[in-house]
Amino acid sequence: MKYVDEFRDRDKARTLVKEIETLVGEIDIARERPIAIMEVCGGHTHSIFRYGLEGMLPKEIELVHGPGCPVCVLPMGRIDDCVAVAERPDVICTTFGDAMRVPGSRKSLLQAKAGGADVRMVYSPMDALALARKNPEREVVFFGIGFETTMPSTALTILQAEAEGIENFSVFCNHITIVPTIKAILDSPDMQLDGFLGPGHVSMVIGTDPYEFVAHYYKRPMVVAGFEPLDVLQSIWMVLKQIKDGRAEIENQYKRIVPKQGNNRALDAVFKVYELREFFEWRGLGSIEHSGVRIRDAYARYDAERKFAMPHLKVADPQACQCGDVLKGIIKPWECRVFGTSCNPETPLGALMVSSEGACAAYYQYGGIKKQAVAS
Amino acid sequence: MNVIPINRRTRKLGTVSAPTVTLAHGGGGKAMKDLIDDVFISVFDSDGQGALEDQARIDLLGLTKLGDRVAFTTDSFVVDPLFFPGGDIGKLAICGTINDLAVGGAKPLYISCAAIIEEGVEVDLLRRIARSMAETAREAGVRIVTGDTKVVHKGACDKVFLTTTGIGVIPEGIVLGADLAQPGDVVLVNGYLGDHGAAILGARGDMAIDSPILSDCAPLDGLISQLLAAAPRTRAIRDATRGGIATVLNEIADASRVSIVIDEERTPLRPEVKGFCEILGLDPLYLANEGKLVAIIPNNEANAALQALRAHDLGRDAEIVGEVTTGEAGRVTMRTVFGGMRIVDMLVGEQLPRIC
Repeated sequence: MKYVDEFRDRDKARTLVKEIETLVGEIDIARERPIAIMEVCGGHTHSIFRYGLEGMLPKEIELVHGPGCPVCVLPMGRIDDCVAVAERPDVICTTFGDAMRVPGSRKSLLQAKAGGADVRMVYSPMDALALARKNPEREVVFFGIGFETTMPSTALTILQAEAEGIENFSVFCNHITIVPTIKAILDSPDMQLDGFLGPGHVSMVIGTDPYEFVAHYYKRPMVVAGFEPLDVLQSIWMVLKQIKDGRAEIENQYKRIVPKQGNNRALDAVFKVYELREFFEWRGLGSIEHSGVRIRDAYARYDAERKFAMPHLKVADPQACQCGDVLKGIIKPWECRVFGTSCNPETPLGALMVSSEGACAAYYQYGGIKKQAVAS
Repeated sequence: MNVIPINRRTRKLGTVSAPTVTLAHGGGGKAMKDLIDDVFISVFDSDGQGALEDQARIDLLGLTKLGDRVAFTTDSFVVDPLFFPGGDIGKLAICGTINDLAVGGAKPLYISCAAIIEEGVEVDLLRRIARSMAETAREAGVRIVTGDTKVVHKGACDKVFLTTTGIGVIPEGIVLGADLAQPGDVVLVNGYLGDHGAAILGARGDMAIDSPILSDCAPLDGLISQLLAAAPRTRAIRDATRGGIATVLNEIADASRVSIVIDEERTPLRPEVKGFCEILGLDPLYLANEGKLVAIIPNNEANAALQALRAHDLGRDAEIVGEVTTGEAGRVTMRTVFGGMRIVDMLVGEQLPRIC
């Protein structure tokens, strides 16, 4: 397939892996721990497992799977709120596919659907708006999740609803923003990261400038990376090169998609419709300042949180669950005390087990191959 | 059980003039008889066996001439939509049961069909489904010899559900089993994978993707007899329906306590199915097929098997996709196009698309 196969070329991969090995050899001056590189985005985690990249890299490199799976970091209380709305007989609840399985404290949306709630999977919030047009007697609620990647499409849908005067459509906004989260990870006292692969799709919207603090203040290299396996390998090489040269910069490997300044039209829509929340609760990471957005007062009638009474109960993460430590890179998924036992993809305790972008589910599904076993 | 097989020459068949099915058509009276006559009996080629009785009667001696074991299977079909590119629920119901028999090495012979119909369904729609069943059965040389019809309240089922049960005979000497794979064997498939799953997802229309992908729905009995003639020591054959090739390989690896390694580069995928999966974040290894088999063949018969498959219309794009190894028992892995290795596990729930 054009524009895909080129980025999955085995021979180029071999060359890159060799160069990575050489670079690691040059960096490695009596290091006691591996070079830890965090891929922030769940899309990268998925590629890494899908193509078996971890097994191709020298053992001195440790990939830490970051918090960038928006499905994974949703706290149970927000799912409970969404289920409560979905169970209203007048509501059609719409959502992206993999959000349906995220466990709430009582049930997931998938279980609510089985119990009779009208929950439908859509591919775009515009599909949800189309449902609202078709069903004027019902309330159509879109469960809006995702980082800056999906934020513009929800914002534009709200603007479209306003332009058409559609009143039976609203968004339960759970959009989150990546920058404060990266900062929270960098501020964490047990942080041991040497560099970052920056999120590709988020950056397509916000550009690369917002990450400058990572390089300037925290002195860590970051390379905004694409999602094909060669993109990921090349970005790892670029991070290592910075480490070797003693540089800390924000570099853009994903230039074919990501403009330095971001996408202004998308950003305009986002600023028009949303404002920052003071705090947003993350599963596993707790409350992070300015890490989520809500719908501005001017669009209050499209805000499901204001349209419907929601329980808004805070639900603590299950005690046995160590999602937070995995997200921060302190432990590996299989080191969690419930990994693969009481927490598995069938009955996930922690959200990292839910989505195929979650580090735990990825390890459970694709992982478990020891590095030495695939040294070929 | 209602009677389907009758001798058409001895009795005038009833017809239905109403455009839609009502509960009266399931009441056991004249309306029901007319519906069964009009929709099913008029097109099913029953050859008068067990005419007007509550059961089909099958001559034992005839069966024993064909082999030494009877194969017996059943399957229900609830596909949505009822008509999709490349097939419909009727064709699917016949192919599905034929294939379940054929992958055991059996020659499929007789099929029963039970239909559960939601009131309000158009009679014409039923006629189209029945015609499709009859046509598929005729092409495959199997007979639909008995059946049942029920009509249920609106909402109690979704338009039409079909259940087909089939009987076939396994010729002497053919022994196939998921537990017979041995290290050194090769894994064959008869062509492009994931077409049916992609066609159905595309046809549901809620993805707003106009996909030109056709379902691969087809009866595999002819292909399988050709394969077994060329590679008589074939260990196992499975049709890769729900859960796709990934699920079938896991079942075989588990039952045989072996490891299976497949090669992504050799796995046949149509560019449009690949593209469909790329866009939606789906894994084609888990997409359903309705005309694809996975065969485990001893290495020294691999080439003969491949040639036999490729000589058949339904196997033109056959490939050797992997091999059975002595690795961890029950483990299926894939060498990715990229040169890495990944585990191909059983799917836990339904495949849900990723959001980003």
